Amino acid sequence: MIDWINVILQGVLVGGLYAMFAAGLSLIFGVMRLVNIAHGDLIVLAAYVALVTTETLGVGPLTSLAFVVPLMAVIGYALQRLVLNRTLGEDLLPPLLVTFGLSVIIQNGLLAVFTADSRKLQAGDIEVATIRVFEGVYVGLLPLLQFAVAVAVIAALQFVFYRTALGRAFRATADSQSVAQLMGLDNRHVFALAMALSLAVVAIAGVFLAVRANFDPAIGPARLIFGFEAVIIGGLGSLWGTLAGGLVLGVAQAIGAHINPGWQLLAGHMAFLVILAVRPEGLFPKVRL
Amino acid sequence: MSEPPLLAVRHLDAFYGDFQALFDLSVDVQAGEAVAVVGANGAGKSTLLSSIAGLIRTRRDAVTFDGAAIGGTPAHTIAARGIALVPEGRALFPSLTVEENLLIGGQLKRPGYWNLRRVYELFPMLAERAHVPSTALSGGQQQMAAIGRGLMSNPKLLLCDEISLGLAPIVVRDIYVRLPMILAQGTSLMLVEQDVVQALKATQRVYCLQEGRVALAGAAKDLTREAIAAAYFGV
Repeated sequence: MIDWINVILQGVLVGGLYAMFAAGLSLIFGVMRLVNIAHGDLIVLAAYVALVTTETLGVGPLTSLAFVVPLMAVIGYALQRLVLNRTLGEDLLPPLLVTFGLSVIIQNGLLAVFTADSRKLQAGDIEVATIRVFEGVYVGLLPLLQFAVAVAVIAALQFVFYRTALGRAFRATADSQSVAQLMGLDNRHVFALAMALSLAVVAIAGVFLAVRANFDPAIGPARLIFGFEAVIIGGLGSLWGTLAGGLVLGVAQAIGAHINPGWQLLAGHMAFLVILAVRPEGLFPKVRL
Repeated sequence: MSEPPLLAVRHLDAFYGDFQALFDLSVDVQAGEAVAVVGANGAGKSTLLSSIAGLIRTRRDAVTFDGAAIGGTPAHTIAARGIALVPEGRALFPSLTVEENLLIGGQLKRPGYWNLRRVYELFPMLAERAHVPSTALSGGQQQMAAIGRGLMSNPKLLLCDEISLGLAPIVVRDIYVRLPMILAQGTSLMLVEQDVVQALKATQRVYCLQEGRVALAGAAKDLTREAIAAAYFGV
């Protein structure tokens, strides 16, 4: 029994990380109906930027966030303004193709610069610190911290979307680009801000990924899949839903791994397929498709 | 009038792809005036408003506003210059509440008389429903919200596209009775309408469009119903 509590707990904590992978994806799809195939690779890019930052500036991973987050936000703004805005239109295909190409470019660029060696960021003692919840049940401090940050990030995004003028601009532009223009909103700028926000979240997710596990240039697509599954399980258009989706995925993987280590990924995908079959709109859908 | 008009549309041609909707169209709005543009379906009234508001690209000198040529300028820049369009069918943002729709209308923060409190004074029924999703309003309430949203940017010129569309006559009167208050605060009006009677009562001058051209123009009090009917239907 205690065993299972530990398993579920681990699943919940990893679920927070998956929710962070997914949050940026969910935001972009919600605002501009754009599926960013390069999303996972951008997370890995952020991890490498954090690596370079920690090595050149000699700071810890958490401190590197102060540099990585703004840098990724600027990259996001430029990417949207210079490249992705040109792909937006009636057709869903051009953004998919362009971001797919971007994914390939990022992976190979990272491979050329950093080689295929597996890397990891060192965070020091916090990586092995544990908290004893009660007899027999232990929680890692770092995963707990990451989970707390994931919840805080989703809460912050929710706040931006529903309580700020910027969030109103996002929702209005998603409703109708032409009427939003009548309000004085420049769509190109609004979309670029949305992408900047998305990549700021990606930056946090990337740093957390880098501290938690080994990373190399090729692991991006798998992160995209987890993020995608979390968004679909949770329901399109709902940020808290994305958190729930991440938790479901994380717990499913943990349970699968506990039964048989080889079943970890499969269990996650099975949970995704079951939700898709039984409740295709997701657990907490909000979006009119 | 020796003063140049606030809005001058001159020799406007408008196209949807290869289809020409407006031919060599010229209309004026003087500052402080309410002007009606009437005509049958397909006459080009909405096209005219969309061209002025920047949703349809035009020649640079086809539209002059406040002394500056604005043809071809992007719609969000034209909004910043002081032209607000109340689109056909209201077009409120479904994801936003009534109050959020009004607030986003004020996104530009242009200085002037209109703010949230004063829009609520003009349309008290909106204040009662401030935090309701905009889709939950009746047609008349939605129209008031759409007009309020336009006013929030303190425009010099308010373009209204068929505000009587789909509304009961009593509701239409309820809206039209407030237009003089809008004029009194310094916003000029261009009203596109199919309801000719209401439009004539609310405005000083009328243009009648027919198949993309001005078929009749004159002071509202001078035009006879027969003359308008002839121009409206192209008889």
